[in-house]
This record gives sequence, structure tokens and C-alpha cells, in this order.
Amino acid sequence: MLLKNDKAALSVLAVLAAISLIVPVCNLVFAPGSPLYFSSYTVSLLGKYLTFALLGMSLDLVWGYCGILALGHGAFFALGGYAMGMYLMRQIGSRGVYGDPLLPDFMVFLNWKELPWYWHGFEQFWFAAIMIFLVPGVLAFLFGWLAFRSRVTGVYLSIITQALTYALLLAFFRNEMGFGGNNGLTDFKEILGFNSQSDSVRACLLMASGLILMLAFLVSRWIVNSKLGRVVTAIRDQEMRVRFLGYRVEMFKLWIFVFAAMLAGIAGALYVPQVGIINPSEFSPLNSLEIVIWVAIGGRGTLYGAIVGAVLVNYAKTLLTGWMPEIWLFFLGATFILVTVLLPDGLVGFWQRRLQEQKQ
Amino acid sequence: MNGIALKPGQVDVSHGPILYLEDVSVSFDGFKALNNLSLYIDAGELRCLIGPNGAGKTTLMDVITGKTRPDTGSVFFGQTIDLLQMDEPAIAQAGICRKFQKPSVFDMLSVFENLELALATDKGAWATLFAKLNGAQRDRIEQVLETIGLVELRSQPAGILSHGQKQWLEIGMLLMQEPKVMLVDEPIAGMTHQEVERTAELLLSLQGERSIVVVEHDMEFVRSIAKHVTVLHEGSVLTEGSMDEVQNDPRVIQVYLGD
Repeated sequence: MLLKNDKAALSVLAVLAAISLIVPVCNLVFAPGSPLYFSSYTVSLLGKYLTFALLGMSLDLVWGYCGILALGHGAFFALGGYAMGMYLMRQIGSRGVYGDPLLPDFMVFLNWKELPWYWHGFEQFWFAAIMIFLVPGVLAFLFGWLAFRSRVTGVYLSIITQALTYALLLAFFRNEMGFGGNNGLTDFKEILGFNSQSDSVRACLLMASGLILMLAFLVSRWIVNSKLGRVVTAIRDQEMRVRFLGYRVEMFKLWIFVFAAMLAGIAGALYVPQVGIINPSEFSPLNSLEIVIWVAIGGRGTLYGAIVGAVLVNYAKTLLTGWMPEIWLFFLGATFILVTVLLPDGLVGFWQRRLQEQKQ
Repeated sequence: MNGIALKPGQVDVSHGPILYLEDVSVSFDGFKALNNLSLYIDAGELRCLIGPNGAGKTTLMDVITGKTRPDTGSVFFGQTIDLLQMDEPAIAQAGICRKFQKPSVFDMLSVFENLELALATDKGAWATLFAKLNGAQRDRIEQVLETIGLVELRSQPAGILSHGQKQWLEIGMLLMQEPKVMLVDEPIAGMTHQEVERTAELLLSLQGERSIVVVEHDMEFVRSIAKHVTVLHEGSVLTEGSMDEVQNDPRVIQVYLGD
């Protein structure tokens, strides 16, 4: 029902299913050298792309559907990442360089004697799993409550979302914050009792990223197809009119903003064990701008456009930064401008129009 | 945000009027858009507001619907509901609904979905997420589709409608909200002659059940529907009365024709 007659959405789901099932299985079952073998490098790369895809899709809910150009969406990704990072740090236990059973290395280094209160609970996976979406959700709620109720919109809202992530960047750089400062959290050993560097854990993380992305896609699709989804699109197009129909616009914006922030947090939590580190640079405003570019290039307001955009742009980034790192930002900027000017509906919009023209 | 003393949905009209505006003034950067305006709209009446450009007609609607806060004065819905304590969604839910001068329907949504969004129901975010139309609500949408003559275009996006059809759709959206007061700003702009006649019939058929305030420039149209006309000029009421009285009032003639 949810996907009836939507070939694009079905194909994206099929590709995702293939990536998240076949690639990890082939990585584990076949030996290197076999034509069916996918290297562990490919596995962790794809896993990373899928978390970016989830992040991009969550921004599409806010920007593509509700018209809120959030330029600080990376903050929620980073917070989810830190929550996961804290769990992974606590798993290190006494295997750290300083061998302290309770305190992570950076705290011993700073001469801290006690674990800060907000680090308690993170030794439990279930607790961390809740914090992964609760912390971004609460921040999004407080921020959105203040911003949307005061009817801050457009460029002003974009600027303060950017300021939010910049403020967090500065805060997390400080050692006194207790999140490892400049270096962030790293040197992870175990996740759920398994060696987090091992091939099988990497394969499982790719699988988990793919499955969670597919689930999030289906739930998001259900939301945008619901009446709430139609109100949200209506707000994007004519906010004033929606108010006069009796809807509290700020509540709908808040709802979708908080939901998207939670998805971004989950994406961050899946990202951190796959790259093995989380540091304050994830809060950098540039990262948030990149997410916007993925969505614009893929195509706004379709959900799968954001997925396609995130994967393609990051694939290009991997290729280019390996080949000529200095041109990457120029390439990204040029692509963004070209897509905005020539393909306002992004790549998927372009493909859809081509398909329709062929039919006629 | 709550100015409701009676139960929601109950408006005290025991003294006759449903809308009371008293000594309302609004100024924008020194320009007095409304100047000590007082106006009463009776329950169930169809009132036309006319006046030259800049007379304050749209500002008046902005004040009633909560878009603009007046500098002074009071605005009451019935005798008990203070509209100045409420924001736009609260006023809309209390039963004062508005059609805009520029037709503002949601182009991306279908005709049916436009009406569905306007439907009078629980408009909270969670309720909206899980909302499903029941039989009675479906029937109501069908009924309104028929009234506004857009049955065949129900699944088309509203963006493809003609200007006149958009006006009708917006009137339909007003009806879906089951309002007690309808504020209708320039309903016939862009309509064909036939459409104008049907609009007049529709508005006439709705009076009594609800109060309707129509702002319109087309005098012929105003004459065809209005028993009672209020003329605004420079932000206050110049005169009130039947169309004939008003049109023969020398002050009105002077305002419209200039000296």
C-alpha cells in the first residue's frame, strides 16, 4: 500500500536491501581474490555511506517537506555519535593505556579523579541506545520550541541553526566539557562484547545501517503520506494560510524537526563504530552545509532523492580526495551550483522527468 | 492564549451581534490603517464592506483573525470571547474563518486534500498524524465538492485550477471549517459572469446559518447580495445602510468620485 506504484522508491529499497545483505555476506563467506569477495574496506565505506544517507534523508524531512533550511543538522548527528562513543569508551574498561577500570584515558590524563555524572549509565548499551535519540531529540525540542514559537523563519532560522552547531563545536573542543576535547573519543575496543575492529562486526554494522535506513525510510514515508505530512507540506508552501485553518504551525514544525533530529542521532551512532572515532569536527558548520548539498543534488522532497544524493556525493568525495584532495571543495561547490541552476529537482527529479518524456 | 469563558464552540449572541469591534485603531509607521473604528456584525447576517483602496478593509480582517494586533480598542466574538487574547489558530478553531483576497489554496495538494486539511476536527500534531476520514467526514467533503462544483476535479492538484475555481475551492475550504463567521475578501475576482451568479447564490444560501462579511469592489455584485452595507473610509466607518441609501449618500459619492 505504502509503496504501490512507486517504482523509484521500490528500486531504492531493493538496492539498499542488496547492499546491506549481499555485500557483508560475501565479505565474510568468500576469500580475498574470489570475484565475489568484497573487501573489508568496501564494507566499512558502504556502511559509512548508508549512515550519511540516513542523515540526508532526515534533513529532507525538515527541508524538503517542511521548508526549514536547517544548516545545523550535523549537530544532531554528532550528538548521537558522541552518545555511542561514550558507550564504546566505557567498554574499553581497564584495557586503556592508563589501565584505569573506570575512567577513560583522557580523563586520567587530565588528572580527573571521578567519572562526571553524565558519563554514568553509558556502560549499559540500552541506556546509550536511548540517549542516542533522546539527547538530539531534547535539544531539537528546546531549540525548535524557542525558534518556531517566536516565528523565526527563513534566513534567520538558517543562521541560528548554524550558530547552534558552531556553539556546540566550540563547547566540545574544551577539555573541561569531559568529552575528550580536541581528540574526541577513540581507541574503541569492543561493541556488545565483540571486537569492534573485526570483519564480522564491520559486516554486521553495514547490515544494521542498511536495515535501519530501510526501516527509517518506510516510517518517514508513512509520515509524509499521512495527513500530518500534508499539513507539513502545506506549511512549506503557505505557512500563514495553514494557521488560519486552525493548525498550530509551530507544533507541526517542532514535531517533524524533533523526529528528524532523532533520525540524525541514530545515523551518528551507526557512523561512529564504523569509523572508529568521534571528535568535535563533526559539529563543524561545513559538515551541516554538506548535508544540504547532498539533498539538493539528490533531489528534495522525495526521501529517496536524499539517499541517492548522499551516497553519490560521498562516493565522489572518496574518489576525489584519494586522487586530488585539494580540488574536492571546488568540485562540490561547482556541482552544487550546476545542480541548483540546471536541475532544480535534483538528480531524481531529472530522471523522473526523463522517464515521463519517454512514456509520452 | 485562552479567552474562552463558555465551552468551546459556544458563542454568546444573546444581544444580537456576533462580532463587536469598538474603537479599534491600527497604525503602521504613523499611517493610521484603522482609526477608532467601531463595527457590529449581527448573528446570521450577510454584510458587505465597501470602500476605496486603503480604506482599511483588509486590515480590519487581519485584526479580527488575529494576524494584526490593534494599538487600541476591543474585539469580541459574541459577548464573552475576547479575540485579542487569542492567536490565529485559536480564532480559526473558535469559528471565524477567512478567505483571502489572493486565492491561497495549496497547489501541490489535490482538491480533495485541500478540503480535507480544512475539515473541522482535532488539529493537534499527533491527532493529525493518525487521522483517518470517517464516513460522515467523507460525505461532508463530497457534499462540499458538489456545492463548489469541483466533483470531477477532486483528485487533480489545486495548482491546475483556474482563478475562479481556486476562489471556489477556497470558499469550500471555509465551509469545511464549519465557521460561525465567514470573512470573505474579494470572492469574485477572476470569475466569469456565470460563476459570479453562482457565488452570489451560494453566499445568499449560507446567510442565517452563519454570519458572512464580504469585502468586494464590484458594486453590481454587492447590490445583488447585500441588504446591509458598511462603507469604510480612511480607517473608520463612513456610513451604514441599504445599498440605495449608501449609494445616494453625498459623502460616499464624494469619497468614490473625489472632489
